[in-house]
Amino acid sequence: MAPITTLHYLVVAAALFVLGVIGVLTRRNVVIVLMSIELILNAVNLNLVAFSRMWGGLHGQVFAIFVITDAAAEAAVGLGILIAFFRNKETVNVDEVDLMKW
Amino acid sequence: MLSGIAILSGVLVITRKNPVHSALALILTLLCVAGLYLMLYAPFVAGVQIILYVGGIMVLFLFVIMLVNLERSEKEKQFNQQWLPGILAALGLGTLFVAIYIKGKNAFPMLPPALPEADNTQRVGVLLYSNYMFPFEIASLLLLVAIIGAVVMAKKRI
Repeated sequence: MAPITTLHYLVVAAALFVLGVIGVLTRRNVVIVLMSIELILNAVNLNLVAFSRMWGGLHGQVFAIFVITDAAAEAAVGLGILIAFFRNKETVNVDEVDLMKW
Repeated sequence: MLSGIAILSGVLVITRKNPVHSALALILTLLCVAGLYLMLYAPFVAGVQIILYVGGIMVLFLFVIMLVNLERSEKEKQFNQQWLPGILAALGLGTLFVAIYIKGKNAFPMLPPALPEADNTQRVGVLLYSNYMFPFEIASLLLLVAIIGAVVMAKKRI
C-alpha cells in the first residue's frame, strides 16, 4: 500500500467539510444543522493537525484545541437559542423561522 | 479504513430522519476523527476531542434533542425548501476541492520523522503557556461569556 501522506488526511477533511456544508444548507431540523456545523469544525481541525504533523511543530495542535473549545462554547449558545426559540414557537423547522421576513 | 468509517457516518449524520440517529452517527464520526488524530501523532488533541467533543458537546446535543419534543417533525419531510440550491452550492465547493486536489497532488514533501509521543502533552502545554498565553486567557473569557449567555437564554424568567 502507498504510504499515507498528508494529502490523504486533507482529502478526508475536505470530504467531511463538504458533507457538513450539505447538511447545513439542506436539512430542515435546526438541531441537525447545528450538528453539521460541528462536522465542519471537525474537518477544519483535521486539516490543522495534519499540517501540524507535516511541518513538525505543534502549533497546529494548539490551534486545534482552541477550535474545539470555541466549538463547545458556540454549541452551547446555539442550543440555548434553539431552546428559547422552541419555547415560543413549538417547532424546530428552519422553514418556519420567518419572523423577520417581510 | 478509519477515514472511510468517518465519511460514512458523516453521510449518515446528514441523511437520517431521526435526530437521535444523527447524533449517534456524529459521535461515531468524532471517535473516528479522534482515531485519525492518534495516527497523526497527536494524542493530546485526540484525548481532548474525546473528552470535550464526544463527552461534552454530544451529550449536550442529546439532552437538547430529548428536551425539544420532535415527534411531530419526524413525520414530515426532512429537507428544507432550498435543498436544490444547497446541493448545487455544496457540489460547487466539492468541485473546487477536486480541482485543488488534481492540481496540487505532488506538492507535499515527505513526512518528517515523528516527534516522540511520550512528551506530546508536555510540549503542547509548554506552547500553550508560553506562545499562546493570550489566546488561552481569551478562550477562558469566551467560555465564561458563553456560559452566561446560554444560561440567560434558556431561563424562563430573567
